[in-house]
Amino acid sequence: MAKRIEASNVSSYYGSFKAIDSISMTVEPKTITALIGPSGCGKSTFLRSINRMHEVLPNARIEGSLTIDDQNIYDPDVDVTAVRRLIGMVFQRPNPFPTMSIYENVVAGLKLNGVKKKSLLDDAAEQSLKAANLWNEVKDRLSRPGAGLSGGQQQRLCIARTIAVEPQVVLMDEPCSALDPISTLAIEDLMFKLKDRFTIIIVTHNMQQAARVSDKTGFFSIDKTGDPGRLIEYDDTQKIFSNPTEKKTEDYITGRFG
Amino acid sequence: MSLLERESAGVVMTPDNIRSKRLSVVVNFGIAVAALLLSAAIVLGTGIGNWVLVVVLGLAFYLLGLLFVASRVEGRRAGRDRMWKTLIYSACVLAILPLASVVWTLISKGYSRLDGNFFGSSMNNIGARDPDGGAYHAIIGTLEQVGIATLIAVPLGVLGAIYLVEYGRGKFATTVRFFVDVMTGIPSIVAGLFVLSFWVLIVSPWFNNGQPRFSGFAASLALTVLMLPTIVRSTEEMLRLVPGPLREGAYALGVPQWKTILRVVLPTALPGIVTGVMLAVARAAGETAPVLLVAGGAAAINFDPFAGNQSSLALFVYQQAGDASRYAPARAWTAALTLVAIVLILTVAAKLLARRNSLSK
Amino acid sequence: MGDYPSRSENAVTGDPGVAPRHTRAAGTGVSPSSYDEPPIGGGGALPRKKSFSMESGFRGLSVAAGAMVLVIIVAIAVFLISKAIPALGANTENFLTYTRWFPNESNPAFGIAALAFGTVLTSIIALIVAVPISLGIALFLSHYAPKSLATPLGFTIDLLAAVPSVVFGLWGRDVFQQPVNDFSVWLNKYFSWIPIFGGEGPFGQSIMLGGLVLAIMVLPIVTSLSREVFQQTPGMNEEAALALGATRWEMIRIAVIPYGRPGVIAAVMLGLGRALGETIALALTLGLVFNISFNIIEIGGNSVAANIATTFGEANETGRGALIASGLVLFAITLVVNMAARAIIYRRREFRDSAA
Repeated sequence: MAKRIEASNVSSYYGSFKAIDSISMTVEPKTITALIGPSGCGKSTFLRSINRMHEVLPNARIEGSLTIDDQNIYDPDVDVTAVRRLIGMVFQRPNPFPTMSIYENVVAGLKLNGVKKKSLLDDAAEQSLKAANLWNEVKDRLSRPGAGLSGGQQQRLCIARTIAVEPQVVLMDEPCSALDPISTLAIEDLMFKLKDRFTIIIVTHNMQQAARVSDKTGFFSIDKTGDPGRLIEYDDTQKIFSNPTEKKTEDYITGRFG
Repeated sequence: MSLLERESAGVVMTPDNIRSKRLSVVVNFGIAVAALLLSAAIVLGTGIGNWVLVVVLGLAFYLLGLLFVASRVEGRRAGRDRMWKTLIYSACVLAILPLASVVWTLISKGYSRLDGNFFGSSMNNIGARDPDGGAYHAIIGTLEQVGIATLIAVPLGVLGAIYLVEYGRGKFATTVRFFVDVMTGIPSIVAGLFVLSFWVLIVSPWFNNGQPRFSGFAASLALTVLMLPTIVRSTEEMLRLVPGPLREGAYALGVPQWKTILRVVLPTALPGIVTGVMLAVARAAGETAPVLLVAGGAAAINFDPFAGNQSSLALFVYQQAGDASRYAPARAWTAALTLVAIVLILTVAAKLLARRNSLSK
Repeated sequence: MGDYPSRSENAVTGDPGVAPRHTRAAGTGVSPSSYDEPPIGGGGALPRKKSFSMESGFRGLSVAAGAMVLVIIVAIAVFLISKAIPALGANTENFLTYTRWFPNESNPAFGIAALAFGTVLTSIIALIVAVPISLGIALFLSHYAPKSLATPLGFTIDLLAAVPSVVFGLWGRDVFQQPVNDFSVWLNKYFSWIPIFGGEGPFGQSIMLGGLVLAIMVLPIVTSLSREVFQQTPGMNEEAALALGATRWEMIRIAVIPYGRPGVIAAVMLGLGRALGETIALALTLGLVFNISFNIIEIGGNSVAANIATTFGEANETGRGALIASGLVLFAITLVVNMAARAIIYRRREFRDSAA
């Protein structure tokens, strides 16, 4: 299932503002890659460029190429909706559809893709909720509104919704920043479990989290406000946190900057 | 992993191929032309309609053709996406047509009597064969009625809004707010009937030897009923935008609440309140029915809003529209143009003011 | 606080000069009129003595102004009922079921059946035509048009809402009537087997003309309210839909429309309220005939409000009472419609606030 992602010289813009400058990195299948760096360094922009969510914002555009198993997702004949189905995304704040029940939230993506048979949807909902470690908590109230869950449960619901459409890559944009420590731990456990099936890229502000969950870590930074973000260093997590090559990385992870 | 079971059950829909064919602009255009030609052939061939039907039927054919072709080329979902987009764009075009027609008619028909005589004379002693006659009396009426209504409605409305924002707590405030909203939907004719039954038929005889009497003031009362909820709501919204720390700062200095409201809160919200008042005034100036019911309408100039019939610009339009004289339509359209100009200038000015207002950002 | 002139002294003029301490720039614009006594009623709980604090005086004034709204609504009902009862007592026919309107005879006979029928039918036609188009425009403005187009177009729609109804009525009668007449002839020629398009003519000032003019008038209301609720859709829900691989339309279907549905229903009901109460535009475009007929293209049609405007001039006392009685019915209906619409909006607002 999981696929390799290769970014080469990706630059993203908001209008005339260049948010990231020539990012190149390769993400191996079935790994967790963490993107860290100070606020405004473009790590979220880069993440959103990977499943073409960047261009949803007005005047946003991108240069360079991003391939998933050798298919450039920015080729003109590529179907954006297929890309996004292939590369799922979990957002910073839990965003279940407020008008839908827990069950409807999970199967929303499947329904879009034309799955109508109730038994298949039921099955998929159960599998996805189990995979998201949420099944035991919600199995008795699947028809209740998704917005009624706690923050951590909502976020796991969103993860269930994302993996229900069987993506190959899951992008997570600071998925725990709105959650308490216990919910955060639950999500981190979940990431380890999902690693068997998906390629995961996570943006996080929390360096301990990056060190705990990821195999590889990319450090983004900017020189000063208004400058585009750059990828300073990208290596095994262990190396980044114990013996970084770049001085800037070391400054950042030891807390001397950012 | 039960994943395999699901795969065998055919749930997996993730395509490895993310590429898809796109419908080219040329094909799209081709479908449009073909639809139009087909429509023209059917309509004109059988003689069942004119070019309007050709366009309407052509659009229907185009939509069907687009849905069919796009579904084949790009997939069912993309086809639907295209169809809805086309429908939504058509809705906009469809709505622009009557608007353009109204504007064009207003200008082309209203232009003819845009002269000094129109704005300088009344309809007094103007017979069916007289080409001149004007709306001076009606303009006076509109200004006086709307002016008085504003004088009544603004203090009342602003105070009501202050109650809702600064003092109102609990059930009573909720009830008041709810009925302010409900009141915005009261038909103007009902407001007119209310003032008719209350002021004209019951109160006015006290001042007029027992005889009910129409007056511009009665019209003002009816307009007040219509303006009040608009002013309360817009003022309430603006007062809520005044930052809390501003109030707290004043309280901390020992300024009592009422003084804080008058000296700090209201001045801060003033531009927004003015915007709301202008919109309410614009709405009131365009009302016809209440003026018809309680001011009666008049052909001559009457400067006294408290005694005797008065007309208004909107009522003038209505009465000229019902007049059999062949000169009446020109007067009606010129008055309509004047009325729209006044209302639109007020509205545009209010909106521009709102846009410059720092609070509402 | 005692340094402040009492309300009763100040109420006489409302001139800032009375309270020189308050003529500084910050206060002058609004304050004099704000603590001035409102000319209509509402002064019951005001302080009469100086020993009362200004605070309670001002509070009392503002409470009275707020209560004024309730007073007005109750007063509307009370005065309309009081004037309607004598006329209803003199009526020799059933007010609710009789279709004709002869209140000025010595044996007054009048009923609102035909009027109410025409009111409802024109409003329904208006909504059937206006609602889909309004929702289309609202979606276009909120989710399709680039900002450079959406802003001026939205502005234009708002301006459309400000155009007085008499102007639409005049336009409907002088300009729009001809194309509607042509359309009616065409409909009659090919679809006369459908009862609503039947008849022998003449066509023109018909339910259809009135309904279409109403549709144009209702359109801006429904559009601007729906646009607002569509724009309020949380961006993160839209992104969630897109990230699942939804097309733009699918995103609208699963994120925007369900979220906005209560607001849209409320918008439609407010539009209905406007259509039911519209007077002058219908007075100028309907045939003003007292009968109940589903034929929408033949000259005919009437409405409660239009009837009040057109027959008020020659009404005697009973006639006025009869018109007031019909206005009372209109008031009751629009009150119910508006209350229902507002109740939906309020419930939705609570839901949204608690979810946030």
